[in-house]
Amino acid sequence: MLNDRPHNGGRLLRYVDALREAVAQEMERDPRVFVFGLDVDDHKAIQGSTLGLQAQFGRDRVFNTPLSEDAMTGVGIGAAMAGLRPIHVHIRMDFLMLCMNQLVNMAAKAHYMYGGAFRIPLVVRSMIGKSWGQGAQHSQGLHAMFMHVPGLKVVAPSNAYDAKGCMIAAIRDDNPVIFVEHRLLYPMEAYVPEAPYAVEFGRARVCTRGNDITIVGISNMLIECLRAQELLSEEGVHAEVIDPISLTPLDAATIAESAIRTGRLLVVDTAWTACGASAEILARVAEAAGGDRPIAMARMGFAPTTCPPSPVLEAEFYPNPATIAAKAYSMARQDAPAWTPKPERAALSRDRPDVRFRGPF
Amino acid sequence: MNTPCTAEDLVRIYGKLRLIRRAEEEIANVYPTDKIKSPVHLSIGQEAVSVGVCDVLRPDDVIAPTYRCHAAYLAKGGDLNAMLAELYGKDAGCARGKGGSMHLVDPRNYILGASAVVGTTIPIAAGYALALKREGRGRAVVAFFGDGGTEEGVFYETLNFAALHRLPALFVCENNFYAIHTPIEKRWATRQLCERVRSFGIPARLIENSDVFEIRQHAAESIAAIRSGNGPVFLEIHTYRWREHVGPGEDYDAGYRSRDELRRWQDHDPVAVVGALLDPSVREKIDSDIEASIAAAFRFAEDAAWPASGELFAHVYAD
Repeated sequence: MLNDRPHNGGRLLRYVDALREAVAQEMERDPRVFVFGLDVDDHKAIQGSTLGLQAQFGRDRVFNTPLSEDAMTGVGIGAAMAGLRPIHVHIRMDFLMLCMNQLVNMAAKAHYMYGGAFRIPLVVRSMIGKSWGQGAQHSQGLHAMFMHVPGLKVVAPSNAYDAKGCMIAAIRDDNPVIFVEHRLLYPMEAYVPEAPYAVEFGRARVCTRGNDITIVGISNMLIECLRAQELLSEEGVHAEVIDPISLTPLDAATIAESAIRTGRLLVVDTAWTACGASAEILARVAEAAGGDRPIAMARMGFAPTTCPPSPVLEAEFYPNPATIAAKAYSMARQDAPAWTPKPERAALSRDRPDVRFRGPF
Repeated sequence: MNTPCTAEDLVRIYGKLRLIRRAEEEIANVYPTDKIKSPVHLSIGQEAVSVGVCDVLRPDDVIAPTYRCHAAYLAKGGDLNAMLAELYGKDAGCARGKGGSMHLVDPRNYILGASAVVGTTIPIAAGYALALKREGRGRAVVAFFGDGGTEEGVFYETLNFAALHRLPALFVCENNFYAIHTPIEKRWATRQLCERVRSFGIPARLIENSDVFEIRQHAAESIAAIRSGNGPVFLEIHTYRWREHVGPGEDYDAGYRSRDELRRWQDHDPVAVVGALLDPSVREKIDSDIEASIAAAFRFAEDAAWPASGELFAHVYAD
């Protein structure tokens, strides 16, 4: 676990501060990098992730925008074509729906349909919301829509170490990168080196070793899967938990190797399952496995309904460590009676604070 | 202030108008052979807009054309051989056979690639202009779009942003009165486009006669103001598409517009008007040089190699 031990002399840093540090270090290194988006320079600074950047780098390189998400995405693409390296910030992923024409028809296509004449080094930051009544339009995980389109990269770091390393890699990448953040990960700490470093896309991380079942967790669901893994291990079920980190490119080989060995694969996404990242991962593993030995497969994600704000309904909308552990147990112990961890033990972790936040955003 | 038009200017302007007209007429002639593997949206009739505007630009100024981009591409100095090879789907095409007629591009002449989704390149032009403003070398971007493009929300979003940031951008609406086959009367609540644009604090001017010299004059004044840091300018230029929306033919029998309407525009066809100002021997020489270069370009496109099969996956991502 990344937050259990220091990396290269790193210090404990929150996810949100790791994001900010990555951007600040890259802006320091490369004058072409700039940050723009609604509210990046206000007093709340996108939950603190852009705090102080304007004071450090000036109004030309860190600026607020009209809402105009469609045009602002085009502005980012045009600036990238001119050789700059824009970071466009959205406080919720739901707002990316207003950017789809530019992202899908231009950002993803430009390098190809112009025969390599222009590169689009654009980073699009967006945050998935959860809890405290985020409701229908502040809670969506829509990363699979972008995974569908060749030409885009999609990354969803689950911890502060990867948040910094992926952000630096995204800024240095010559392609459009959809950077998927999760609101509930922002306060979570991990050991993060101070010096700049890049986390390579397309390399999954095996977080815990186990031979009974492979569990893949995407974005904040990785944290919930790790808690489920602790609960499962107390029952003698040893789960291999994998963080894909980047979804495009996807390190299907590492996941397939693990799933072929354990014979069981459960993918848990912070999104719906239909045509989703979880569906894609299962399909890729099924294709890679080649039928030598059947692999039991299942996926979990948002309930196939709209996210409600009422806490009672909302609780049923998301997978949680108890439902993940129960599902994994049923797959690993097919002949045993069903088991579900006690609710009081299924909080996210014994040693991490409950990260449910309290409003307004 | 009149932008002077020397004999040399006249030769250059006529040469561009004639090259575009004749190249597209030949495209239309060749089209039935099915050698051109791309839907073509011909600019025939609209050449004066691209030629008049691009004539006042510096080589390092930037244009963002529409999918009806042959005229703007050639007016800004794009290579005819690479354009035709692109229409043929060849590796020597300006987009290596991966763009086609609707996505002509030439970074060396600062021609940003065109888009087939109406309005999409308007904010991209503004983003490029943002970079040029920071660069501070007085360069400008011209965004071309049609009357249909002004109906997209992104047009107004971009005007607001460009005015707010005083971007060095010239917005040029080529108003040919039809979005595919739907006339402007069925699409616009009012015709006061320039007034709508002025409400953003952007100077706007309507040019109704499609006269290449008048277009050139207003473009020159606009670009001068833009270079001095005054922010964006808007030109609405009335013009007329002589051929069908897409494809090589005419469509006056389709019932949505009349041949009389066409004749009113053909009466002051800019290619003929400007050509008549030249000494016949000078004009003859220009015309024969153009015919030779067009013939050579078609030969180049025909003889050029197809892309290698590995090219299917090259350029999905930049290395």
